Amino acid sequence: MNYIFAFLILFSFVVASYTGKLDDVVSAMLESSDRAVQVAISLIGIMSFWLGIVKIAQKAGLIEIFAKIISPILKLLFSDLKKDSSAFSNIALNISANALGLSNAATPFGIKAMKDMKEEEKTGDVASNSMCMFLSMNTAGFQLVPATVIAILASAGSKNPTEIVLPTFIVTFLAFCFAIITAKLFSKFWKFEVKND
Amino acid sequence: MINCLNLLSLLLIPFLITFILIFGLFKKVPVYNVFVEGAKEGLFISIRILPYLIAIIVSISMFRASGAIDLIANFLSTPLKFFHIPYETLPLMVTRSLSGSATLGILSDIVSQTGADSYASKLAAIIVGSSETTFYVIAVYFGSIGIKKIRYALLCGILADIAGIVLAIFVSRYFFLI
Repeated sequence: MNYIFAFLILFSFVVASYTGKLDDVVSAMLESSDRAVQVAISLIGIMSFWLGIVKIAQKAGLIEIFAKIISPILKLLFSDLKKDSSAFSNIALNISANALGLSNAATPFGIKAMKDMKEEEKTGDVASNSMCMFLSMNTAGFQLVPATVIAILASAGSKNPTEIVLPTFIVTFLAFCFAIITAKLFSKFWKFEVKND
Repeated sequence: MINCLNLLSLLLIPFLITFILIFGLFKKVPVYNVFVEGAKEGLFISIRILPYLIAIIVSISMFRASGAIDLIANFLSTPLKFFHIPYETLPLMVTRSLSGSATLGILSDIVSQTGADSYASKLAAIIVGSSETTFYVIAVYFGSIGIKKIRYALLCGILADIAGIVLAIFVSRYFFLI
């Protein structure tokens, strides 16, 4: 990110001196910092509303219910773990919290799940197949409602900001399945070795 | 078909809110108090992303004002047109796996430049909403338990991100262009 940031600014000065648009670049700099503040301020309302609703879901125990529903599927995906592994409940809670858009609540469950897997599989500093599977599921970012994205569209005055909900859901679901399948495939071909030294 | 799907999009959020409220009441959750408690976090989150928004929106705006984006867009215009990809969404595809806040910054920039109802905004929104910041997730989870040899985790995450972008291009074309 550091290089990208520096490159964008430096390169635009270079190009601008070539195209003679240096004054445009400077005014863009001044005008857009103002715009960034407006974007952040206009996000506050919608973000707050959604976080309030989601907090109710959390307090009512919806995450736990959701976790119960998906745990049979998880047992199939994490075939390296013991059937009664304590990692399962944390994995289920992590995925459920993420699906509801509670990434802050999801992170502690995720870290706990990783710790459980590390203890059970005694992997040292090497990632096990289960860990890679869990990580792939997380990087695919499966969630039911993309609240932040809707907030950005709505605060910019979109006529119908929720019309992206279903297409986003389709894409995220397919990408999620893709991540699981690739992780499974890799685990077959990419040998797992723990060096005991 | 598309109308029906759009209706489903529209209904999902009201349905979810209704369900959460009724379920909360059923479980005897003090919904009003809990709502207020949760809503407090919205302010902090918005303030927390402000510096990132400034960094990204300013640098992208400068980049665009200098004419550099036009150069790149001209260069790539034929393949982009072929897949109906607005060139504004290109930087998003690069940063999606690298930085979540940068991605939000670019999304806000696209929305304010092309309008909230433009095709570019919709495609960008779907790309952002459908994936996670791979590098961040790896750093947090593997960092927290001291994993150094990550094997195929990164490769897998990046492949899923690419698949997500390709899917987003096709799905949003189906929903919003045809």
